[in-house]
This record gives sequence, structure tokens and C-alpha cells, in this order.
Amino acid sequence: MKLHEYQAKRVFAEAGIPTPDAELAETVDAAVDAAEAIGYPVAIKAQVQVGGRGKAGGIKLVDDAEEAREAAEDILGMDLKGYHVDRVLVEEAVDFTNELYVGVTMDRGEGKPVAMVSTRGGVDIEEVAAEDPDAIAREHVDPAFGMQPYQARKAVYDAGVDRKVANDVAGVLTTLYDLWAAKDGSDAEINPLMVTADDEVIAADAVMNIDGDALFRQPELAEMQEEAAEDDLEAKANDYGFDYVRLDGNVGIIGNGAGLVMTTLDLVDHYGGEPANFLDIGGGAKAERVTNALDMVFSDENVDAVVFNIFGGITRGDEVAQGINEALDAFDEIPKRVVVRLAGTKAEEGMEILNTDLVTVEKTLEDAVQRAVEYAEEDSQ
Amino acid sequence: MSVLVDEDTRVVVQGITGGEGKFHTEQMLEYGTNVVAGAVPGKGGQEVAGVPVYDTVHRAAREEDANAAVVFVPPAFAADACFEALDAPVDLVVAITEGIPTQDMSKVYRKLQETDTHLVGPNCPGVITPGVAKLGILPGNIFSSGNVGLVSRSGTLTYQVVDNLTKRGLGQTTAIGIGGDPIIGTDFIDALELFEADPDTHAVVMCGEIGGEDEEEAARYIGANMDTPVVGFIAGRTAPPGKRMGHAGAIVSGSGTGTAQSKIDALENAGTPVGNTPEEVADHVEDIL
Repeated sequence: MKLHEYQAKRVFAEAGIPTPDAELAETVDAAVDAAEAIGYPVAIKAQVQVGGRGKAGGIKLVDDAEEAREAAEDILGMDLKGYHVDRVLVEEAVDFTNELYVGVTMDRGEGKPVAMVSTRGGVDIEEVAAEDPDAIAREHVDPAFGMQPYQARKAVYDAGVDRKVANDVAGVLTTLYDLWAAKDGSDAEINPLMVTADDEVIAADAVMNIDGDALFRQPELAEMQEEAAEDDLEAKANDYGFDYVRLDGNVGIIGNGAGLVMTTLDLVDHYGGEPANFLDIGGGAKAERVTNALDMVFSDENVDAVVFNIFGGITRGDEVAQGINEALDAFDEIPKRVVVRLAGTKAEEGMEILNTDLVTVEKTLEDAVQRAVEYAEEDSQ
Repeated sequence: MSVLVDEDTRVVVQGITGGEGKFHTEQMLEYGTNVVAGAVPGKGGQEVAGVPVYDTVHRAAREEDANAAVVFVPPAFAADACFEALDAPVDLVVAITEGIPTQDMSKVYRKLQETDTHLVGPNCPGVITPGVAKLGILPGNIFSSGNVGLVSRSGTLTYQVVDNLTKRGLGQTTAIGIGGDPIIGTDFIDALELFEADPDTHAVVMCGEIGGEDEEEAARYIGANMDTPVVGFIAGRTAPPGKRMGHAGAIVSGSGTGTAQSKIDALENAGTPVGNTPEEVADHVEDIL
């Protein structure tokens, strides 16, 4: 789960990290009022959860009320990389001499947290990491003890941060780590952490992503979660409780288990088709989930044929077959041809139950995928 | 021979009184697994499927000589269950639970380094030595006994590959589902080390997927340390960057690390053939044996 910039800044500010004066606005008038109150220059920043907002025109620096109005009119309501902008953060523009980067994330390879500092802030840190990995100082943290003050200092000095602000930056990093640990962060980042002419540091941007599996014990953060209006189908998948990712192709895919569904996508590609989606109905799926899954895939106008692949461990083939029959029976005309392959627990019983007037049955994964790719080609609109 | 699980494995099931715990205890018993105890706080003295339940893993291990634990405890309490099993101690912990907070697992992983215990999972289907015992939720009937070791990040993909192997008469020594989470106890290299040391394992199938760099590291290990031939499979070639494909760990990062191609290249550079389909994996294994 991702927090918006304004939410992350509130969380950071409450913990004592300096942030610029700012106000959230939903209308042009409110944005101008906020700008007047804060005092120019101010930045007007789209509150959507995508990177590269500045380049995409979602952040504008303004010097007076007229410019503020113009910028707010441009940004509010704009479509930014697929996200509708309905709020802006109006924020004091910080006069800086230097831009730093500080961040905390989980190093999955090491199984432990890592704190990072770089003097090359203000740009995409993943690019810096790729071009010049030595430009980022990294300090692994023992999760049993948390970050010790010396570790923050070490990272700051290793990164080559100006010694006049070193203590303050180390303080920000320590606070950021503590927040990350206390709030079940997956990533916490300040980029840039600006250094002013008076040698003060201030968090000009804020990223805080929370481990979705830990939201049960972070009720305050869970409440901040907002519907991401990214894609209607993905929203629908959320309601149904499916792991779903929409892709560009025309072969709809339903299966159980992440690895097997990914493999089914890969096979569609291997046999010359293009996958329309990733849809994992999970373990132990029964009739209702099967119906919902078919509804999901049929709702995607790009889909021309469907492959339904189940390898039952805890999922039972007979129950899945029952679900498929029931779901398809409800249609006067089945919208797309469906190829089914069942294996594992109660698969043979399932194959016998399946109504072959409604679906095509194949015995192997390879055959099922090839058949669905064929159908999709034939039926492609 | 086999790895991790054999005739002497004596299992305590943590969370045995829950729906999943009870169902899979019955399935494990039916397969022939030596399930000797359950452990659930406050439920000591009860019985589930004829298995005595204790309040603590320590007591279960002491009274019933349990040397392995299977965790079916809900995510909020699963890390605690792992700590308890590590402290008992047992030799093997298999954590089935999906959705354990990553920071919890980071702490468990830290503790694990101080012990001699093997932790498999979490978010995994378990471990099976065909014909002997299974710890977890794997469907026993698709496995058969033989000389192929199998290690995989995914449950149902494991079943698919095993099905292809079994149908050609290529049985398995042991199959290990290491799990799809970002932080797991036993990684590919740990599993490969075990198979390399097992004289009865004549070939290993390794099923990886997008995300992280474990497969690349495993490829380096194979190139440098293994005589036993390995066949690879990587799921997620068509996965777009930045999207989580079901498993918490299955994500290609925005900067392009964790791609299927990088893993396939690494394995092939280590002399490990990689199948394009599960059927091709079985082809490669057949060629080797």
C-alpha cells in the first residue's frame, strides 16, 4: 500500500522530520488561497501515486496568484500516466543549495533492512544505483536491534555529505528508519532531502509504502488507503479478492497459484498468442470464485478466448468443473470460447462433469494453451 | 536417501485445531507421515485425528520426540510460531502460512542464522519425500519415488512439473517448495547444497520465477559447486515491470532487475538447460538420466 505524498509528509512531520509548509487543495480557488497564505514562490503538486510527476507536468512552481491559478487549473483534473488528478499539494518552495537522498528498504537477498544515503538526490535513485552504485552509501541494519546512531553517522559520512549538515541528516535517517520499522514500511524515502543556504535540511518529497500484509496492525495507515482508480477491471478484481494484472493481449487466463498462472501466460506467448491478463483464483476455489473469475475475464473487451487451467492440490477439480458449468449455463450465448484443463485432485471427476457443449476440454497444459491461442486468432475482432 | 524428510521425521503441527491444520494433518497421516503431536496454546489435552495436542511446541517435542514442525498458524501469529519452533528446538520447520508481514520474517530470518534448524517457507506448499512422508499441503498422489530432486518457489507450478516428470517415470527423491515470499528460510542455494550432498539425487529441477536475485545467485553456485546436473524453469517471462504477479516476491522492479531473462541467462551461462515449457523440463531431465 502506497501513501500519497501529503500523507507521507504528515507522518514524517509528526515524527519530527522537517517538511515545507503545505496545504492540500481540491479546487482551483482553494489552491490559490493556500498559495496566498503560504507566500510565494510555491510549488503546486499533483497528488497521484506515480513517479516522474515533474516531467509529466504534474508539478509547477509559481510566483504569484495568477500563475498559481493557471497551474492549479492545468493540474487539477489532468490525466497523469493513467491517474486522474483530483487534489494538489500547495507547498512552500524551498530555496536549496543541495539535494540529498535518504531511504530505508528491505534487502530481500540479505533478509534485513538497509538504510541508504546519497549526495545525488533529486533524480531517480534507481538510475543512480544502476550508473554509479558507489554514489549510494548503504548500511544494513540488524532487525533485532534496530539502527544504531553510529550506523546513521557512518552512512552519512560514507556518502560524503557536507559535515555542516551531517548530524542533521543522520538524525533524519534515524527517524526515517524508526518510522519504517514502527509503521511496517516496505520503502521509506526522502528524495530530495534539501539543504538550504542556512544549512537546514528539509524533506521536499516523501515516499512511504506500507507492507500490505501488515495493515491489520496499522489501523491508522489502513484508513489512509484510497481506491486507486487505475483500471476498472483491477478495481473489480480487488472486490472479488483476486490477484489480477491486466495486460495487452487477447487470450484471457484463469488459473490457480501464482507460478502456474505466470507459466500459463508464458506458454500463451510461447505458442504465438498474447496474454490478456494474470488472474490467480487462489487455493481451494469453489463455484462462486469460478463464476467471478469468468465474469472478470469476459468483462475485458480485449479478450477473444479464455484458457482455464487448474492444477488441484487443495483445489478440487470436481468443484471447479461444477462452477464452470453453472457460470456458463447462465449465459444465453457464451461471450468467448473457453478451453479448460483440469489436473490433480479430483481432476478426472471434474473432466467428466464438464459440459462439453459449453467448453473445450484439453488434457495437457500445452494443448489447452495452444487451443486457446487458436481460438483467439479465429475469433479476434 | 532423501533430503530434509525421511522415516525418522516426527512432526508437530502448529495450529492443528484450525480448519487447514486439521484437514492437512489428516492428509499427512493418510500419506504415512509420522505426525506425533499438535501444538496450540490453550488446547493442550485435546486430540485431533488421534494426535495429542500440547500447549507449547517445547512440551510436544519433549513428550513425543518431535523433530520437525509444520506451521498452519494465521499470519499475525505465524512469526511467533516460527520463533517457538526454532527455540524448542526442532531440526526442520515448514511454514505454510501466507501473508506474514515481511518485517516479522526479517526477525525470524535473523534468529534462524543462530540455529542449526532448516526453515522452509513461509508461503510454501511444503516438503515431500515420495513414499515416505510429506510435510505441508502437497497432493501426495502425483509424486513418485525416484532420483530427481526438485526445488521450487511456487506450489501449483511444482505440481505441474512433477506431473510431467512422474508421467515419464521420472520419480523424485524429495521435492521442496521454498515459497514465494521476499524473505524465506531455505533458498535455492540451501536446497541445491542438500541435493548435491545426497547420493541418490542424480538430477535436480529448479523452478524459479521473476523477482529478486536468488536464481542468479543459485546459477553462480551451480557453476562453481555442483556435479549433480540441474535443469531450470523460470516463470514470468511475460510479466510487466512494477506489477506484483500473485506472490509477494514475484515482481520485476521498475529499474528492470528480477526479470525472467536475466535468470534464464544466468542459468544457461552456468551450463544449466532451461525448459521453455514444463514438458521441455521433463525432456531435459530424461536426456540427463
